[in-house]
Amino acid sequence: MRLPDKSCKIASAIAKIKPGDRVMIGGFGVPGTPMTLIQALVDHGADNLTIIKNDANEPGMGIDHLLQSGQVSRLITTHLGLNTHAISLMNTGQIKVEFNAQGILAERIRAGGAGIGAVLSDIGIGTELAMGKQVVELAGKPHLVETALRADVALIHADRADIFGNLAYVATAQNFNPLMAMAADCVIAETETLLPLGGLAANAIHTAGVFVDHVAELAELSKEYAVVQR
Amino acid sequence: MSSAKERMIARAAREIAPGMVVNLGIGLPTQVVNHLPRDFPVCLHTENGMTGIGPTLPPDQADRNLIDAGGSYVSTVPGSAFFDSATSFAMVRSGRLDLTMLGAFEVSASGDLANWKIPGKFSPGVGGGVELAQKARRVVVLTTHTDRAGNPKLKETCSLPLTARACVARIFTDMAVIDVTPRGFVLVETLGGIPAAEVAEATGAPLLLPDTDLPEFEASHGR
Repeated sequence: MRLPDKSCKIASAIAKIKPGDRVMIGGFGVPGTPMTLIQALVDHGADNLTIIKNDANEPGMGIDHLLQSGQVSRLITTHLGLNTHAISLMNTGQIKVEFNAQGILAERIRAGGAGIGAVLSDIGIGTELAMGKQVVELAGKPHLVETALRADVALIHADRADIFGNLAYVATAQNFNPLMAMAADCVIAETETLLPLGGLAANAIHTAGVFVDHVAELAELSKEYAVVQR
Repeated sequence: MSSAKERMIARAAREIAPGMVVNLGIGLPTQVVNHLPRDFPVCLHTENGMTGIGPTLPPDQADRNLIDAGGSYVSTVPGSAFFDSATSFAMVRSGRLDLTMLGAFEVSASGDLANWKIPGKFSPGVGGGVELAQKARRVVVLTTHTDRAGNPKLKETCSLPLTARACVARIFTDMAVIDVTPRGFVLVETLGGIPAAEVAEATGAPLLLPDTDLPEFEASHGR
């Protein structure tokens, strides 16, 4: 038996994204952000997107290109502190922003990927983060119902992958990537190194290839992947 | 940085006991690590998926894939571990953090913390702050005693949106160390030379004095 080959051209995988889609994008700051897939989505042009991502990168980097091109109508995120452009789009009503507590965003995505409808948590009780959320009493204490998040497409950055879509991450580039790679109907991964079957040791795999639909090797790393000079 | 702020940070470093797992919030708290003795046994956690943070690195020595939650380039130490964001916050919510040090816009006399939003002015999102404030075993705050206009940041009640209720145990400021107790704010130490009455004047809620003499800050770690 032989595992299927899911290696692809980036443009043809990204072409599956439709206007109005919900798109999860991995990364926390630069590490783990799939800069090349994001650029391909800008080139593809699908708009009215809901982007689910921890942060909005920095002006002129990462998903800021999608904000600049006007393709984003809604952003589900945790923190925009490093992107003044995203904050001004939010303040002028050009994008809708939903803030989540960071670990709750992670759990909602994890639940989506695990086939669970919601998780219960006491995070944010007594603050405005609880507003509008269903409250359930559990063991005598109030808990918020945090609904699962899924997406039409997830864009993932891996360090190494094989052609079946098994993925491995490095350092703090892991962050939301393995969670989002489980939580979308179509998962597209870019990888710095693409290996043949067997090239990635079974014990070294973070995301099992079953979750991944398309995997593409990066021909080069653009300057956006580099250390940010502040 | 003013020497009072520097002494506040140095004093806060003595809050870290050997063996602790600690998360240092963005801003002033991050600088606390500079005042720990080299080889001090502590495990630093960062929300973006790492335990065992090593020294901060300048850009020319940095690993592009290795940052802390504030975006600073950091390094590993022997025994460092990487994990995903769900695992990172599992550690936070399940009580694995012995201590977190956070910044503040306001702290109330009952320990409520507001540090993420100033409606109409500053609303970048809450990040991991809610979970840190609500679930670390001990939450201490580092802040200037007053805002730039001289208004107290320690108040009877917070007027800004809360990060978490009744979470703060101790506050380190550029004037004093103050505990949050069931009786309200209690002055623990003053920065050398500042009279207790001056600290009370700059505090927006009653400030109780301890029964014993007030010690003054010691800037060194004392080890």
